[in-house]
Amino acid sequence: MLDNFFLRKRLKLSLLIVLILAITYGAILIAEYDIIKGFTSIPEAFVWGVQNFYPDANAFSRLPNILNKLIETVLISVASASTAAILAFLFAILGSHTTRINGFFASISRLFATLFRNIDVAVWSMILLFSFGQSALTGYFALFFVSFGFLTRAFTETIDEVSNDSVEALRATGASYISTITNAVVPSSAPQLISWLLFMIETNIRSATLVGILTGTGIGFLFDLYYKSLDYHSASLVVIMVVIAILALEALSNFIRRVIL
Amino acid sequence: MTKLLELQGVSKTYGKNTVALSEINFSVNEGEFVSVIGPSGAGKSTLLRCINRMIDSTSGEINFDGQAVQKLNKKALRQFRTKIGMIFQHYNLVDRLTVFENVLHGRLGYKSTLAGAFGFYTDEEKRQALELLSILGLESQVYKRCDQLSGGQKQRVGIARALVQKPKLLLCDEPIASLDPNASKVIMDYLQTICKSMGITVMVNLHQVDVALKYSDRVIGISKGEVVYQGDPRFMKEEEIHHIYGSEAGELIFNLSEESHYVG
Ligand SMILES: Nc1ncnc2c1ncn2[C@@H]1O[C@H](COP(=O)(O)OP(=O)(O)O)[C@@H](O)[C@H]1O
Ligand SMILES: [Mg+2]
Repeated sequence: MLDNFFLRKRLKLSLLIVLILAITYGAILIAEYDIIKGFTSIPEAFVWGVQNFYPDANAFSRLPNILNKLIETVLISVASASTAAILAFLFAILGSHTTRINGFFASISRLFATLFRNIDVAVWSMILLFSFGQSALTGYFALFFVSFGFLTRAFTETIDEVSNDSVEALRATGASYISTITNAVVPSSAPQLISWLLFMIETNIRSATLVGILTGTGIGFLFDLYYKSLDYHSASLVVIMVVIAILALEALSNFIRRVIL
Repeated sequence: MTKLLELQGVSKTYGKNTVALSEINFSVNEGEFVSVIGPSGAGKSTLLRCINRMIDSTSGEINFDGQAVQKLNKKALRQFRTKIGMIFQHYNLVDRLTVFENVLHGRLGYKSTLAGAFGFYTDEEKRQALELLSILGLESQVYKRCDQLSGGQKQRVGIARALVQKPKLLLCDEPIASLDPNASKVIMDYLQTICKSMGITVMVNLHQVDVALKYSDRVIGISKGEVVYQGDPRFMKEEEIHHIYGSEAGELIFNLSEESHYVG
């Protein structure tokens, strides 16, 4: 009886492993992906990278231009995340169990959040390209929509988690709805909301490069340009600058988090 | 004695099937100290929240200070709530704000939306808040953030926030359930002082039968959403307590000694 129990568990586990292997193998067959060639080409790629993918003197002469585009990209990321945060906060107030006005608005809020969050930033870029063409506005809105979806969800959960009890207490004193939000919800949740906003800005800078390639703006456009004109040295400098910008921003936001939390 | 609060046939059903309160009748006089006891899930929290309409009762009538509570519109409801202070098991403070700010929150019910939203308080209100904090022995904690306080101190901030409302009634939902015995005694003594010397009516849900017997003018026993006992704690019998808790003799920890019947 007891032996049987453990035997069955082992059998289930083995079946699961076999199943996963079968799916992997099936996928490789369908995609015609040569697994051995895939792995053996890693050293080759590495050698190519060392030989070509580094900035040379010519690349550094393009630095002012690169910096210019980088700053534009950072600013768009910050702007899209911040404006999205304001709208997301309003939706989160309507969506949170603690502060919602009624079930209808709460469902609408959750629906919007899910919709905007689950459409990838690349997809938004393609959709928006039709409306705005190749402009900074396209990139801004693509990042804005994804940020809005993500932040609404994150803010809603933060508000639910953090302010339930104090909201009840303030309602019981006869405080108005708005007073309850500004005096209980905001002070309780502000540090965490800011932390989410910083996270969103970091994420946006990462996605902005990709969005730029797709929409022909910002730092992504520059990378695409150099890369397609086979100027790998300049392209590598773009990558390095993006990495530095991301690291610097991460350090900055970690510092801000330490101060406010 | 004037009646401050009267409940007639009050019932509350959550959803379709969960009957939390059924046909509750009792009244509370001005200046009375009333305890509500009963097992977990009996409906004590629901009862308190129906009184200040944090929860809407399903049927019955609640009268408070000459007002029909269930008929109040939104604006009147806010005004009505200023007359009732509420104290919670988990204190329900805004932990990241100072003691002072938390106490002043008790004035928000009196403010216009704009003044409330920006937290504009008059000098008089600030003076009252400080005076209450010193009465409650918190004068040295005024500018501390609430997350730095002990449980007993937090509950005293909760009491100050309720008192600054200038309430006629205090509703306390298990105010000492998260506190150690010393802090519990301090809080119960304060509640008693508030009742006896400030003349504020106190209604308190309690877990501890001894405490209820020791401090109250009257005990209301609730079981499965019904009032099964009402009376003076001095004459309460052991069987009656077992009836409230649905237990057998010897199963409960409490002490019906003479001493515990003294008030103060
Ligand atoms: N928000 C709610 N939704 C549904 N049922 C609830 C809710 N709050 C309380 N109840 C139910 O109502 C009954 C009374 O609960 P409560 O008033 O919290 O009792 P007590 O405070 O005496 O422990 C319980 O059966 C509880 O499960
Ligand atoms: Mg309860």
